[in-house]
Amino acid sequence: MVEGKESYLGLGDIRFDRPLQALYILLIYALLVVGALVFLLPLFWLITTALKENAEVYIFPPTFIPKTFRWQNFPDGWFYEGMNFPRWLWNTVLITGTVTFAAIMASSLCAYGFARIKFPGRDLWFMLVLASIMLPGAVTLIPLYIMYNQIGWLDTFYPLTVPAFFGGGAFNIFLLRQFFMTIPIELEEAAILDGANRFRIWGQIMMPLCKPALATVAVFTFQGVWNDFYGPLIFLTNPEKYTVALGISFFRELYNTQIPLMMAMSFLMVIPTLLAFFLAQRLMIRGVVMTGLKG
Amino acid sequence: MKVVSCLLSLVSYLLSRVSLSSALEVGRMAVATNVSPRSMKNEKSVWQRLVGTKRRRDTIEGYLFIMPVVLGLLIFTIGPMLASLYFSFTKYPILRAPEWIGLRNYVNMFTKEPNFWQACQVTFTYAITAVPLGILGGFLLALLLNQRVRGMNIFRTTFYVPTIVPAVASAVLWGWLLNPDYGLINAMLKSVGLPTSRFLGEPESALASLVLMSLWGVGGGMVVYLAGLQGIPESFYEAAKIDGANSPQLFRFITLPLMTPTIFFNLVMGLIGAFQYFTEAFVLTQGGPLFSTYFYSLMVYERAFRFTQMGMAAAMAWFLLAVVLLLTLLVFRSSALWVFYETEVK
Repeated sequence: MVEGKESYLGLGDIRFDRPLQALYILLIYALLVVGALVFLLPLFWLITTALKENAEVYIFPPTFIPKTFRWQNFPDGWFYEGMNFPRWLWNTVLITGTVTFAAIMASSLCAYGFARIKFPGRDLWFMLVLASIMLPGAVTLIPLYIMYNQIGWLDTFYPLTVPAFFGGGAFNIFLLRQFFMTIPIELEEAAILDGANRFRIWGQIMMPLCKPALATVAVFTFQGVWNDFYGPLIFLTNPEKYTVALGISFFRELYNTQIPLMMAMSFLMVIPTLLAFFLAQRLMIRGVVMTGLKG
Repeated sequence: MKVVSCLLSLVSYLLSRVSLSSALEVGRMAVATNVSPRSMKNEKSVWQRLVGTKRRRDTIEGYLFIMPVVLGLLIFTIGPMLASLYFSFTKYPILRAPEWIGLRNYVNMFTKEPNFWQACQVTFTYAITAVPLGILGGFLLALLLNQRVRGMNIFRTTFYVPTIVPAVASAVLWGWLLNPDYGLINAMLKSVGLPTSRFLGEPESALASLVLMSLWGVGGGMVVYLAGLQGIPESFYEAAKIDGANSPQLFRFITLPLMTPTIFFNLVMGLIGAFQYFTEAFVLTQGGPLFSTYFYSLMVYERAFRFTQMGMAAAMAWFLLAVVLLLTLLVFRSSALWVFYETEVK
């Protein structure tokens, strides 16, 4: 059952006689399966509840498989009176798309500057960028709110999208810088000899070579913005302008007895992040590895 | 050469009183002579002549590349930080201009604000339970998921998936799972004969329920630990085994020390996250029942956007920053005692 030669990792190389070794592997599988069931149960519950009749959710003991699959819950929730999920989805797509694009462009430009050009003050600015990761958002929030209020940006998407063009996220800059530094410098030197300037090197050498890292940035940014609740809560007030995250919370406030519909809408909100995850899974775990490892 | 350029600068200065454009022309010549006569001889672009040496060109280009984040930090971080520090010393109900009141916000916050200490206590309790439990859970999970058995990738994915569920969706879902009357968790507890709980409905159990919810997301930390575990060179284990080390010793003297930087990273990020905990509490409890889940950021939010006391809210935000800084500093200081870096041996 054991792949490869050894199985230390953590508990050390545990090697027993044959029967004991089999028992050990059995124990590991038992733990894995039980753990996986516990972790998946909430998601499973989200889906079954989304497909139940409203009355069925109040039955004791609860049913694991819906008696009748009520697919109608999805359109019912989507077009619920007073709610505006199609509009909210469009708003969310608009904001997410803009921010993801902006983050890729801005963070890769900055990351290139930090990774490849030597200039006075570079390390200071890089430290500031890293320090900003740790800054509690509340400290800048109030003046920003006042500023947006004065320039008439409240209840528009600008407060949620424009900042992304200015740096595109400290974490993204860090991640891309680490990745850029792994690209052999000889490639650039060759291009310089051929007369390319730095901007072309960034656009025509670094960007294509770093597609996996850029995809990681795209997925991280997409998920962060798609899931964001705090930003829209503070800057958007008109329900027309809501995002899906805000809309679901709004729905829950007004109709908290519509359990299956609420679960159906929450499930719909999970789908895009799950898809993005599975499409980019390998890239993403590699991205976490790179930034997390050297702590 | 230097003399020439100095003279030209002087001429340019004098000319500037007569005609700006000719002054600029001479000034440019001054710069060019000073910097690099070679670039004058070679046929180079105006840009290159203007920026001169490689060092200077690097500086200009470097700042052009990092311009977005420099502007971003100034406009969206440093500027607002200074502004909010100023606001914290004022009375500022948004509709009227800020009025300087000195330290009164801070004094009132510590002495008169009814739920301030409650908010501190709730946030602190959450941080010192959810963060260590998350670290322990994530680490144990990573150890388990690092065993080499078939099909491990599926299990790794399974444990990671909950962390990508949006906070709002997760809050709505857990609100239903923890429902005291019809929730799945109580139903399961009842079916095996264990005592049930009101979970989010009672002050005694509400905060613990939020901690429980947070543990569903330990997969995020797990991935980082897993990466750390896989970064440990196998040769370390092999060498130790030749020296006769047994399994617990391998864990105690190789795995654990080499993992401390990763644990440290997760501890710092976990603490910072815990002190800003907001969405789940906002959606599920709004701070109740009886302020038992009244997190610090809920309080700041209410001050700023429900009561529009911007000055007080800014003071609260700055106090939070001070506490977070202090704690981070303490953790960094303590790291010398328990975090192991490979360079120490070499």
